[in-house]
Amino acid sequence: MTAFASSRPARRTAYVPSAALVPEVLRGSVLAVARMISRAEAGYAEAAEALAEIYRHSGKAHVLGITGVPGAGKSTLVAALIRAFAADGHKVGVVAVDPSSPFSGGAILGDRVRMSEAAQSCQAFVRSMATRGHLGGLARATLQAVDVLDAAGYSPIIIETVGVGQDEVEVVTAAHTIVVLSAPGLGDDIQAIKAGILEIADIHAVSKSDRPDASATVAALRGMMSLGPARPGSDWQTPVLPVSSLSGERINELKDAISRHWDHLRDSGELRERERSIGRTRILGTARQLFQDRFKRDTGELEAHVQAVVSRTTDPSAAACLLLGWDNEVLA
Amino acid sequence: MTDMNTISQGDAARAEIDVNAPGSIRVLVAKLGLDGHDRGAKVVARILRDAGMEVVYTGLYKSPKDVVTAAIQEDVDVIGVSLLSGSHLPLFQELGRCLREKQAEHIFVVAGGVIPEHDYAALSDSGVDAIVPQEARGDLIVTTIRKLIAERGLK
Repeated sequence: MTAFASSRPARRTAYVPSAALVPEVLRGSVLAVARMISRAEAGYAEAAEALAEIYRHSGKAHVLGITGVPGAGKSTLVAALIRAFAADGHKVGVVAVDPSSPFSGGAILGDRVRMSEAAQSCQAFVRSMATRGHLGGLARATLQAVDVLDAAGYSPIIIETVGVGQDEVEVVTAAHTIVVLSAPGLGDDIQAIKAGILEIADIHAVSKSDRPDASATVAALRGMMSLGPARPGSDWQTPVLPVSSLSGERINELKDAISRHWDHLRDSGELRERERSIGRTRILGTARQLFQDRFKRDTGELEAHVQAVVSRTTDPSAAACLLLGWDNEVLA
Repeated sequence: MTDMNTISQGDAARAEIDVNAPGSIRVLVAKLGLDGHDRGAKVVARILRDAGMEVVYTGLYKSPKDVVTAAIQEDVDVIGVSLLSGSHLPLFQELGRCLREKQAEHIFVVAGGVIPEHDYAALSDSGVDAIVPQEARGDLIVTTIRKLIAERGLK
């Protein structure tokens, strides 16, 4: 059996050079923004210069990270925030990350299910992104996608991480304001004093506040926050806000807290520090990626070291230094 | 086969696309109109995922306009629509109209579900590029999509 194929002639789409997409992106063309993000994801060398140009036009948007365990209600909350910010006249951008399969490399990107209505009625730009093997809660091209949306005039830009565990905190070095969303019923107050994901919050939100057990989660988080400031060196008081995306209850309060944090960053000078931290992480992350890519393409040199390491004639640290072209004494 | 990382300005237009590489094909799987049966759509999404494609699932009860907006923002290569409600003719017509209106005719449309053969020609006129009959094996969906993308080339 074969599929019925239409009699229309095969369509070979002309490849639009990335340089030609840049002015379209800056003009806010949805088609150009979407295509540019795809090219950043694919990592075409052809697009590198265009993305550099776009980067020079970015830096205006408030970048918001939303993270939390799978099923906490991140996508539903993002949809509610799209509506709340759009009601204030904002052009909202969203990058929603879901995991790629470690076996096939494919992915099912389902965040949009909860957002499509908000995206349509509020003219927000929503992009789903697969991790493509990147760990830490984001995809490799997430921040380049944010650059593209930023240059196209979207703000705020919301990054929705994959459903995280306790330690995938990469979003903290990607966004200006971090909202950690907790769901009721997932643990006691010991969970709340652990290190990791809960520490990175600028704002704690507790989802499904229409459920009776939400108040216990709120109390546990407030108890944790009362023990001291979340981030060393900041006098920002991290609020704990119960929200219900279902009823829309207190979504505006959350939106106001997000705006207040943005004002705080700018007034206190902390914004500069966060920008530096984001820049630092991006440089190092890209360097690591470029290094790995180089040996993915050309495995010969790497394999020679693998043999030496396995046979114990050298050790992994020394081999790594040789790959980098560093003298061994760097380790000393 | 093309190494995605080494495509330069000059050869981008001529470069071939490796349709078997993970992440090289993005598909929007959509349910249009008043049709609440999405078991099949989810099975198809899973088959495509297992073939290394990135699948954006829209959920139920979408209008053609919603689907086209999503397809453009997601920059998908293919919109796969599963229809079991019998209203495929007007819905695909409207989908084709929305794609033209938004200058998104570069996105392929593949239809599946319960679609009688005598409607195939009309659907083709509405802009449907391929129809996969309901009794087809999963790999036919995969090969149909890969063939469309291979013919199109890099975008």
